[in-house]
Amino acid sequence: MSATAHAHIEDHADDHGHHHKETFVTKYIFSQDHKMISKQYLITGLIMGFIGIAMSLMFRMQLAWPGQSFPIFEALLGDWAPNGVMDADIYLALVTIHGTIMVFFVLTAGLSGTFSNLLIPLQIGARDMASGFLNMVSYWLFFLSSVIMICSLFVEAGPASAGWTIYPPLSALPMAQSGSGMGMTLWLVSMAIFIASSLLGSLNYIVTVINLRTKGMSMTRLPLTIWAFFITAIIGVVSFPVLLSAALLLIMDRSFGTSFFLSDIFIQGEVLHYQGGSPVLYEHLFWFLGHPEVYIVLLPALGITSEVMSTNARKPIFGYRAMIASIIAIAFLSTIVWGHHMFISGMNPFLGSVFTFTTLLIAIPSAVKAFNYITTLWKGNLQLNPAMLFSIGLVSTFITGGLTGIILGDSTLDINVHDTYFVVAHFHLVMGISALYGLFAGVYHWFPKMFEGKMMNKNLGYVHFWITAICAYGVFFPMHFVGMAGVPRRYYENTAFPMFDELTDVQVLMTVFALIAGLAQLVFLGNFIYSMFYGKKGPLNPWKSNTLEWTAPQEHIHGNWPGAIPHVHRWAYDYSKTDVDGEYIIPGQDFIPQSTPLHDNEEEENH
Amino acid sequence: MDSTVTTGAEESVWGGGNRPLGASYGKLMMWFFLVSDALTFSGFLAAYGFSRFKFMETWPIADEVFTHVPFFHGNYPMYYVAFMTFILIMSSVTMVLAVDAGHRMKQNSVIWYLFLTIIGGAIFVGSQAWEWATFIKGDYGAVETKGGRILQFVKADSGDRASLADFAKTIPGERVAHEKNNGLWFYDEGYQPSYSLNEVKAGFQANTNILIRTETINAEGEKEVLSRQESLAKLQNATQVVEGANLIHNEYGSRLFADFFFFITGFHGFHVFSGVMINLIIFFNVVLGTYERRGHYEMVEKVGLYWHFVDLVWVFVFTFFYLV
Repeated sequence: MSATAHAHIEDHADDHGHHHKETFVTKYIFSQDHKMISKQYLITGLIMGFIGIAMSLMFRMQLAWPGQSFPIFEALLGDWAPNGVMDADIYLALVTIHGTIMVFFVLTAGLSGTFSNLLIPLQIGARDMASGFLNMVSYWLFFLSSVIMICSLFVEAGPASAGWTIYPPLSALPMAQSGSGMGMTLWLVSMAIFIASSLLGSLNYIVTVINLRTKGMSMTRLPLTIWAFFITAIIGVVSFPVLLSAALLLIMDRSFGTSFFLSDIFIQGEVLHYQGGSPVLYEHLFWFLGHPEVYIVLLPALGITSEVMSTNARKPIFGYRAMIASIIAIAFLSTIVWGHHMFISGMNPFLGSVFTFTTLLIAIPSAVKAFNYITTLWKGNLQLNPAMLFSIGLVSTFITGGLTGIILGDSTLDINVHDTYFVVAHFHLVMGISALYGLFAGVYHWFPKMFEGKMMNKNLGYVHFWITAICAYGVFFPMHFVGMAGVPRRYYENTAFPMFDELTDVQVLMTVFALIAGLAQLVFLGNFIYSMFYGKKGPLNPWKSNTLEWTAPQEHIHGNWPGAIPHVHRWAYDYSKTDVDGEYIIPGQDFIPQSTPLHDNEEEENH
Repeated sequence: MDSTVTTGAEESVWGGGNRPLGASYGKLMMWFFLVSDALTFSGFLAAYGFSRFKFMETWPIADEVFTHVPFFHGNYPMYYVAFMTFILIMSSVTMVLAVDAGHRMKQNSVIWYLFLTIIGGAIFVGSQAWEWATFIKGDYGAVETKGGRILQFVKADSGDRASLADFAKTIPGERVAHEKNNGLWFYDEGYQPSYSLNEVKAGFQANTNILIRTETINAEGEKEVLSRQESLAKLQNATQVVEGANLIHNEYGSRLFADFFFFITGFHGFHVFSGVMINLIIFFNVVLGTYERRGHYEMVEKVGLYWHFVDLVWVFVFTFFYLV
């Protein structure tokens, strides 16, 4: 009878020969197929991304031309922009929702959700995710939370405006400011659902990688994308539940009168009953998620970059095992550094010095990765297609943004620039722009896999990349100086501070760059939609890549491979591998797919 | 399946094409879910530790709070919660037996052991409800000061706690209640304590045997008792009478104690309740022979994992709330 038990589990992997009759609903809406779910994630994420970017453009305009009237404000913000002048409340709301949408909805769900779903089964040689049903539930919870977050924009008193970190008391007292009412409630509901979605997704990714790798796909033959998604899912499972704790306690404070995060508060001369709580406790709980979240955003992008870069440099990734080790090290360290967000919150200064130490340790694995990328490029036969350009762009922004992280991670230096635009510039480069570049690299690279062989237009891709790259630095490079000059973040306008007057031109410059960068994304959007329908169909393996997904047919079939699942005989990075005579192992071909058995006399790369 | 795990680089344990941890994906998912849930609880318990540390000198003493046993009068600190804990751990034992019976495909044993597990879980949830009710109802009553501190009362001669009823005077009031037949707008009168603040103050002044006990814990680990003189002065700061505990007032001391008690035991109780419900579903499946037909009782094993986890969490909650 134990044999029957095993038979049951095995048939899960092989029982995909027959085809169910699929209706429109089961194929496009409530699909349980990982490829469709991945596209659903991508498109939802991109829509959220466009909303988030549009918000940033609006508040950038307010920062550059404070108090100026713009018809577009009046059109989009309505009563929030009387006579076209942006209201201070909506400025805060836009900043808050921009942060929330970009961090969670675009760069967590949109990036990790899309590519984990697409690539995990295809690159490890599985028919689908371990549980297609939970995968579907995960997407639809994400969709629901997106809808609720968007709905909160239309609440009469305005959406949440306590910043994306929603520190109490602004988030805990409905009467604290206009956005603290219904908008904040919806924010919390949306995020609670988002956490459930993220949990279901992550559980699926983890067990799929553990249990469903095809024969021969050992952990050290996995493409680095899979390693990145795998570890990302683990830190998601470890850190999101703590955000859930914080959110539940906050809900209790908001709605049921507990005092977990609140103490001694007066509003309009009236003493509130809250006593004994501490907002610093909230900050601890929040940043225990908040910091790993940075790596949840970034690691998938780094994984994608590793894969795209190695393929397009026609060279094995440099330091494969070091890459894995640094992913694991970053993931581990990310859970013990959260205090560096709280250096000036009233936390014990001694604790600050501990967090400084652990924070600076992250520089080591990060530098390992950066150097490995550069050495992978070194003397490579670079194929500078858009995906490759975005990958190189990621390495660039990862380094520039990372260097300022060393300054911010040091508590003594941080105090000088805490909560200024220096911080904004830092994290936008190191996690925002870098992760977006990873997302774009992934989309350009795997577009043919998503849309049955159709390719995106390369030239439009170049236009997209170069404008984006120049403008992103155009926005965020000067922002460092604005921050060092002391301009505080999240301020509606700085006109009351004469010492910032001479920075007005820089603000205008940044905003102009931001607007151009925003327009460049329309090029991408157009390219994406056009290619989806009319894109030129490319070859089966357009980038001459080694990984398993390019052995699956272009047409999407349930179960990915029509016949048996290919077995794996080598790691994913046998590019330009030569035999003792200096000839390519497969004559005339500088790559050897993972499914190719080792040739006679060929030694397996001892990576 | 297991035979694929043999020697050779291609077919090593982590070499792919097998289940390296020897568990199905469903069981692994349950494990990782439990990891995540454990972190949620850790978040709560860490928050509890943070807050308790902040108020170390004034935190209520659990032995003085949880002293009741249903159907008995008297002071039995921790007896009942120990009983609850015992029941929950026993239900974990029966769960182990159910899983074991499942491995041996003994449907009837699974039914019985699962049934006992469900009963144990139900007793635990019921006990928790009773514990909450007792906590909400309160014991002796206390007064709250302007600064939000709790003042309790003790008898000077015996050192025993004095309840409000022991000394408060009844002052016939001039209150006129607004009644339904007198107006268009009628709301039920809100909750009123058994004695008004003035009644407590008057009774206190009249009875020299009553002293005030503050929240502060002295060097002996006991709550500090004020002298009669200090007590009289202190009572002037009182603003209201508090009976029992809720999320805002707590006659036992720090309101955070009550907040965390309700929240953490509530969250845990919700887990136990869900566990009982899930066990019930699985129980009916076992009775209907679903797993007999399927050929294995893995579902019992999965809910068993969840049940043991809930049990383990209680051990931590019990330790941090009641024991230390």
